[in-house]
This record gives sequence, C-alpha cells and structure tokens, in this order.
Amino acid sequence: MSTPDLVADAVVKRFADHVAVDSLSFSVERGSFFSILGPSGCGKTTLLRMIAGFIAPDGGDIAIGGRSMRDVAPNRRPVNMVFQQLALFPMMSVGENVAFGLARRGVGRADRVKRSTAMLERVGLGNAADKRVDELSGGQRQRVAIARSLVLEPTLLLLDEPLGALDLKLREHMKIELKQLQASFGTTFVYITHDQSEALVLSDHVGVMSHGRFEQLGTPQDLYYRPQTPFVAGFVGANNRIVGRTTQADGEIAEIATADGWIVRALTTGAIAAGDAVEVFVRPEVAILARNASELPPQHPQHAGEVQSVLFDGANSAVLLQEARTRREFRIALPQTGQFSDLKPQEKVAFSFDPSRAVCFAARAGAAGQDA
Amino acid sequence: MRNSALDPRWHGRLALGLLLAPALLWLGALIILPHVDLAVLSFRERIGPRQYTASLAQYKTFFAEPLYWHVFLRTAAMSVIATFLTLALAFPIAWIIAKLARGRAGSLLFIICLIPFWVSETVRTLGWMILLRESGVLPAMLVKLGLTAMPVELLYRDATILVGLVYTSLLFMVVPLVSSLESLDNSLIEAAYDLGAGGFAILRRIVIPHAAPGITAGCIVVFMLTLGNYLTPTLLGGKNSQWFTEQIYTQFITRFNWEQGAAFGFLLLGLSTALVMMGLRISGQRFGDVMRRT
Repeated sequence: MSTPDLVADAVVKRFADHVAVDSLSFSVERGSFFSILGPSGCGKTTLLRMIAGFIAPDGGDIAIGGRSMRDVAPNRRPVNMVFQQLALFPMMSVGENVAFGLARRGVGRADRVKRSTAMLERVGLGNAADKRVDELSGGQRQRVAIARSLVLEPTLLLLDEPLGALDLKLREHMKIELKQLQASFGTTFVYITHDQSEALVLSDHVGVMSHGRFEQLGTPQDLYYRPQTPFVAGFVGANNRIVGRTTQADGEIAEIATADGWIVRALTTGAIAAGDAVEVFVRPEVAILARNASELPPQHPQHAGEVQSVLFDGANSAVLLQEARTRREFRIALPQTGQFSDLKPQEKVAFSFDPSRAVCFAARAGAAGQDA
Repeated sequence: MRNSALDPRWHGRLALGLLLAPALLWLGALIILPHVDLAVLSFRERIGPRQYTASLAQYKTFFAEPLYWHVFLRTAAMSVIATFLTLALAFPIAWIIAKLARGRAGSLLFIICLIPFWVSETVRTLGWMILLRESGVLPAMLVKLGLTAMPVELLYRDATILVGLVYTSLLFMVVPLVSSLESLDNSLIEAAYDLGAGGFAILRRIVIPHAAPGITAGCIVVFMLTLGNYLTPTLLGGKNSQWFTEQIYTQFITRFNWEQGAAFGFLLLGLSTALVMMGLRISGQRFGDVMRRT
C-alpha cells in the first residue's frame, strides 16, 4: 500500500477557551475523495485551514505526501484550496487566473499559456481564457477555481464548501461534475461540507465531525446503514428519533418504552443494559405502511397511526404520521407504486419496521429528555 | 400635440435641474466666472494708465525669465516627490487600519490620523517650526545626545518642506487607501498565498491592482494639495522655499501685477492637469473610476 496523501496525527487547535479541533487523527488514501461532514461550528473549516497552512495546529502533526508540514508556509505546501467564495482574481483574465500559480513557480510564459489553456480545455472552458472572471456563470467560475488549483498538480486538493453559493439545480449538476473531475484527474480531494447529500454522493470516505472530533469515519454506506453514534444517525440522512428507556435488553434486539408508553424494538449498538436511557433511530424507508394491519409482515411488531400530512416530493415523497396512542410524529417514505397516492390526512393506518434495521444507542448526556 | 408641461420626461428634467441648481450656481459663480475673468486678465498687457491691449506678454515673461520656470519645475518635482513619499508612508498605515487592526483598534488608529486635522494648518506648521528651529526642541536634543556640537538650523531646507507637506497630506492619502483596501476580499490574498505567491507577488499582482483606483485618487488629491499649498512651503522653507504659489502671491499682492499673476495661475492649472493626466495614463486608470473612489 502506498503512503497516504494526508495523515493527521492527534491534531489539536484551541481558540481561547474553546477546542475547535480536538486531538484528531486520520489518514486519506492517495487518489480518494474524502469528505469532512459536519454542522457549522464543528471545527471542519479550522481543520481544513490547518491542512492548507493558514492556521498552525497547537498540537499534533499533519503530513502531506509523507512529509511533515510543521512550519511549512501555505505557499510552499503541495496543497491547493478551492475557496468557499472561489476567490478568483477579478483583476486578471480567466487564463491569467489559471496561470497565476505557474508564474509563481517560475514557469516560462509560453509554457504557462500552454499548460493553462490545456487545463481550461480539460474542464470544458477551452475558449474562455481571455474572458473576464465576471463574464462567467457560477458553474464556469467553479471550474476555473478548480482548474487554477489542479494546474499546479497538487498532492491534495482542498475544497471548502465550494457548492454552497450555487443554486440547487446547479449544485446537483456540479456534484456530478466534481466527482467526474476527481475521477479523471486522480488527485486526492479533501472536501468539507455541511450538506450530507454532497458528502454521500461524492465521497469514498466521510468523516462526520462534531465538536472538534470525528464521530464516525467510514464509507457513505457505513454511515448511512451502520451509524455508530446517535449524532451520525441523526445527521446523515433522514431519521425518526424515538427517546425512551430499555425495558428488556438481552441479545441484539432491545425493547424500548417511551415515557408515554409507546413500545418499539431496535438493534442495540454498544453496551446497553435494561433500564438505560436510549435513543432509537428508524429510517423513513425502513418502515412499511399499510391501510390494514393484516397486510403488514407478521413477524415484526405492528403500530397504529393517523396520517397527519402527506409530503409529496416526487420520488422522495413521504407521509407524516402520528402514532395512535402517544401522538408522536413518525415519518415513512411512500413506495413508488402509487398505492398510497390517495392517502388523506386523518386516515387511520398501520405500520411496522424490521427491528434489526432500526438502531438504538445509549442516550447522549443532556439529550435524554428532548425529542428530535 | 402633447402638452410639454404634462410630459413626464419634461417633469423629470425640471426636477433634475432644480436639484442640480445649487451645485451649478456654485460652479458657475465661484469657479467658472472667476476663471474666465482671470483668463481675460492673463491675456492682456498694460500699455499705459488704464490702457490695456490683448497680448501674450505675460506668458512670454514666464518663459523668458529663468527664475519663474525654474521655480515652476521645482514646485512640480517637489510635489511629485512629496506625493510618492506620502504614498509610501500612508500605504502601510492604511494596510494596518484596513486589514490588521480589528474593530475598535482600527477606528482608534483612524482617529489618531484624523485628530491633527482638528488643529488649523497654520498652528500645526508653527508647531513644526517650534520643533525644528535652531533654538528648538530637536536641535537641542541632538546636542544633548552628542550628535551635533552646536544646535543646527533644521528649518528652511527642502527636506523640511517635504516633511511638512507629507504630514499635511497624509490623511488625504490614508482615507482613499483604507476604503480601497477594505474592499479587498481577504480570501483573494489567501488564495494567492495558497497558489504559491510570496508577500511581494501578492502585493504586486493582487493588492496594488485592486487598490489602484484608491492609490490614484489619493495621489491626485495629495498632488493637487501640495502643488497649491502656500502656507507650509512659506513657513517651513522661508526664503529658500521657491514655491510657485508664492510667485503668484507676490504678483498679485506685492507687485500688484494681476495680469502676470493670472497667467501664472493658469500655468499652474495647466501643469497640474497635465501631470494628473500623465499619472492616469501611466497607471492605466480611468478618471471616472478614480473620482468615484475619492
């Protein structure tokens, strides 16, 4: 196995009394797409800026391409960054923007023009070299920002929420484009975002970050299907969250009762004993909806509910239920069969879910009482 | 036929005209009219008591008399030097205010730059005289430190005039520089740094091109103020100052030769216009862009 392109070893950064990055260690394989996913204020930007060299860590070390980056200035690191607001130079043409880094390395004028033009062609902007930056569309600027970095052939390309400023349609398009660009260049990408869909679609590996630590590091599938902490279960993808206490916790499946008496069953993660406060997460697509309880798979516990509202969103349509006795909200994804297209509010329905596909964690400190 | 008084376009023009009236009146009565009068004055010659004839004699005198154009060129050169010194001094100050000092510290620095301007220019210049004259504070300190055997006269030197001019003009350079540097997005500097640029390359390729309209605006204002300054060169330079505004003053007030004074005035106007246009051409700036930054 080759050396990882990025190795962080117990990296720490404190600001006044608050720890932004808390003894973080991870490594990123050569040629992979690595995302750091987390809500704003989780420390992901601080981490990225430490990799780029704009902030020095208080402790630990960052190695890029096998070389320690301690005391290496940003302009001497084999790393380039695509900024959140892109930071294209408005005083230069598109071609000059792309050639800027080459000029700083002392590449001759003719070679500079040749390489920057070739790079612009690779990102589909072959004829834009003489344009001004403000003549380009949002998506084109994005590609110029990436081209400007990749032309330097960095070991690592850092991307700081570069899609954040785009509108939804363009964002979806750029997601696919970014993934294709990464695949065709083979450069290692480190991408930070608060958008779980971006992280899931783009990445080979994702680190879910909260309060300066990685809650879980794994493939998008791991995070989605096998979350290791309640934070990951709540942050990655949609989830129904049910808070209660275990009434029985022998074996893998525990039985949980909420304070108001709803009883559900779920797979335990970590050490859980009977009587522990827990959080249960059930994905909307795991639950099965039926008009009659008899239509549900007989082996799973059945629940009754009342339709509160139908959330039509094409393929992502869902129904919001209230559990019959406790009036707790529960979201179920609607199947694509059109079987429930005539569902109306106040309609009585039945639902169930496979307990082995629902997860249950020991409740986080301070989170036991509140509902999601 | 439409009634023009009811035409909304006509209404708009009337409103615009009324809004502009005070400014136009001011321009016309205080700037254009006196200048027309001065122009007329400068192109005539006194041939007897109350007898005048149109002539270029005033301008010919200027070129015929080496003292006049010598002083003229000297004033221009000193003003250019003072402008560049002011720029060199103001740029780091503006950078600190705009980029390094955060919040209150920035405003505080700005106020420190501003406070000297609460005092009149005369008093400020007299303050310099107290510091620099032979029996003043600085020469006494130099003697005490053993750097000079006897008190030195620091007034009435070109360097002293430059110090005074730079001091007087500093604020007028700092203000447009701060506003143009504040509008520079920090991420551009970081991006350039990230792409391998060092401090000098960032300054040359990113900061200066971005701040160019502000730099030009500041330079124009400072150059004009310096070229037209009378008090500072006279007080700090004394008889040696040889500033062109003094020549104009002498012609008007001492010699009572208004025709000559008017011609000198126009020559100074022509000089400042020519140099400003040259500066704009060299820096590749457009006048309109620059004026919006002033």
